[in-house]
Amino acid sequence: MTMTREAGGRRPTGERLLLEVRNVVQEFAVRGPGGVKGAKVHAVSDVSFDMRAGETLGVVGETGSGKSTLARSVIQAPRPKSGEVRFLGTDLMKLGRRALTEARRQMQMVYQDPFGSLDPRWKVMELVEEPLLGYGVRSAAKRRERVCELLDLVGMDPGVFGKRRPHELSGGQCQRVAIARAIALNPALIVCDEAVASLDVLIQAQVLNLFERLRTELGLSYLFISHDLALVKQVSDRVAVMHLGQLVEIGPSDDLYRRPLHPYTSALLNSIPGLDPATGRVRRPAAPKGEPPSPINPPSGCRFRTRCPLAQARCEQQAPPMRELFPGHQVACHFPLAQPGTATANHAEAD
Amino acid sequence: MSGERTARREEVLSYAGSATRRAPGEALLEVRDLRVCFSRGGRRVNAVNGLSYTLNAGEILAIIGESGSGKSVSARTLMGLLPPSAQVSGSARFEGTELIGMPEKEMRSWRGAKIAMVFQDPARSLNPTMRIGAQITEAIRAHSAVSKKEAAERAVELLKLVHLPAAERRFFEYPHQLSGGMRQRVVIAIALAGQPRLLIADEATTALDVTTQAQIMELLVELQERLGTAIIMISHDLGLAASYAQNVVVMYAGRAVEYATAEKLFANVRMPYTRALLGAIPLLERESHALLPVIPGQPPDPAALPAGCPFRPRCDSATEACLEPPRFAEHEPGHWWACWHPSGGEDARDAHIGGAHARQARDVRQAQDVRQVKDGAQR
Repeated sequence: MTMTREAGGRRPTGERLLLEVRNVVQEFAVRGPGGVKGAKVHAVSDVSFDMRAGETLGVVGETGSGKSTLARSVIQAPRPKSGEVRFLGTDLMKLGRRALTEARRQMQMVYQDPFGSLDPRWKVMELVEEPLLGYGVRSAAKRRERVCELLDLVGMDPGVFGKRRPHELSGGQCQRVAIARAIALNPALIVCDEAVASLDVLIQAQVLNLFERLRTELGLSYLFISHDLALVKQVSDRVAVMHLGQLVEIGPSDDLYRRPLHPYTSALLNSIPGLDPATGRVRRPAAPKGEPPSPINPPSGCRFRTRCPLAQARCEQQAPPMRELFPGHQVACHFPLAQPGTATANHAEAD
Repeated sequence: MSGERTARREEVLSYAGSATRRAPGEALLEVRDLRVCFSRGGRRVNAVNGLSYTLNAGEILAIIGESGSGKSVSARTLMGLLPPSAQVSGSARFEGTELIGMPEKEMRSWRGAKIAMVFQDPARSLNPTMRIGAQITEAIRAHSAVSKKEAAERAVELLKLVHLPAAERRFFEYPHQLSGGMRQRVVIAIALAGQPRLLIADEATTALDVTTQAQIMELLVELQERLGTAIIMISHDLGLAASYAQNVVVMYAGRAVEYATAEKLFANVRMPYTRALLGAIPLLERESHALLPVIPGQPPDPAALPAGCPFRPRCDSATEACLEPPRFAEHEPGHWWACWHPSGGEDARDAHIGGAHARQARDVRQAQDVRQVKDGAQR
């Protein structure tokens, strides 16, 4: 899989590979009454992708598509069933407990619920100080200095907010504290799991701009998980689309949104309500039919076939492999919506 | 297929026919100067401060606002669902009957029968220990004296009306066996059990996926068209409101700041707050990594509202005049707003301060220009 080397669209700053994920599989056992192991939930099935340093990869998909499980597999919490996760060249799957703790210094997470991810009894100062303590910054003066620096960085005045507790903060401010904690150890990768989903649109815009500023100032990479496609477009260089535990499409964000190749991506895009800024007219979303199938018994072949308008007999028998149709733009579909030959027509249409 | 569809439609219409239906366009609900205030620990929290709007029969009205803007409180007021500490004043007339100050006993007969409500979290709106069917039949039997068997039949009919797949089987299932979207369909079916003329959907699709959200919204629109039910959709999502609502009320700090038909409003935004809201939405058309236009600050504390226009501290066109509260009035035919310095206007649509649309369109155009320049340079 060499696609990321020649990714089209916007060229990310680094050329170094930050993260290589290969054939990661994560499964959970469903327990019946009395704790008897029953069926298996195929949360993530054979997912591979690369991320370069300084790049933002967006992950979109419906609830239950395995976005969060994939992110947690990357940071090894819990470890995936099989596969390879190479972070800056080291395979995290083979690391021992202590080495893994050291590796996690480089990767931090920001979660959805800003109140849930902060201890309500701690003051903002203590909250931001905790990762520094955990990773051995011994001098109290140095820690204090760093905490003030971090709070400034996320746009909070340490003098005003330092002594407050989470309940005295708004949702957006709590999320800023969570971000300050995440960047405290100068990580290379930040995993944002629906990090702005619970915020109001104006506060959400403020936090998104903060992410953007930190990216350019600190050279961060984000693995940005969201169910909101427009939001992911806003922050990402490349976008990966997940469906029922599988990666169905990945590509440069401009290309992927302008020319979705997988029918699922297209269905997702069509279901966004919104305004068309060019004409000032409203875009009434078109809802796809049906419910997503269960990850316990995923359909044979292509897992989207039960809801796919283009499904044929072949989709039932054969799982489509991931293949690169356009530079850096891969899709797992037997009947993609565009082929390289017809690309020009699509371009004309987009303009 | 079409034959089957019309047959079903007739059946549904006969089901809805028993309620006296008002001609569309006639005012169904008139809210005038609604004020709700909570006393909490000696502090007065002004949740709603003089909200006025009109809902016509059979229309979809969207109430848009951030959390804490009073949109849910104002809707709950209509249903009489506020805690005893709430002090309500103003008027809300539903088909001429005053809802504010209605005795609880009378209100009970209204709830569900005339006005029904669907909440955000379908999992918490349903009883986890009761089968779906039992919960719907309970709602039906609460509103009309029918036998259990008859109620069960109507429950299945309702489940079919909300397009729950395999309705007969689902009737005997528990809420945890359904997905979020299906649960919301069940909640809507329960809300429709009393054949209400007004359905209040309080963030009814917020907890759902975009795909499911589109399905549920399609269902609501279908019900509105078929049964003539008026819908108030409360949401923070302007895109959603623009797509489905006929009229839109934008709320800020407990009052309406802009009101117009969706077309008129989004084509020509006048209130700076609405403009800020529109600008902050991530758009598919925007370039990656572009910074969003943001306004600083937080919504005001409802216990300590600023004097004058509540948006003044965050507004970039605020002046001395804004210390005086602006009047919420019909400044253009069919377009109401409360602002001393409205932006835009028909002539200024393409100017810098023009509606969010014009600005977004310009951004896109500029982005295209940049791309073309880049392409040219490469060649």
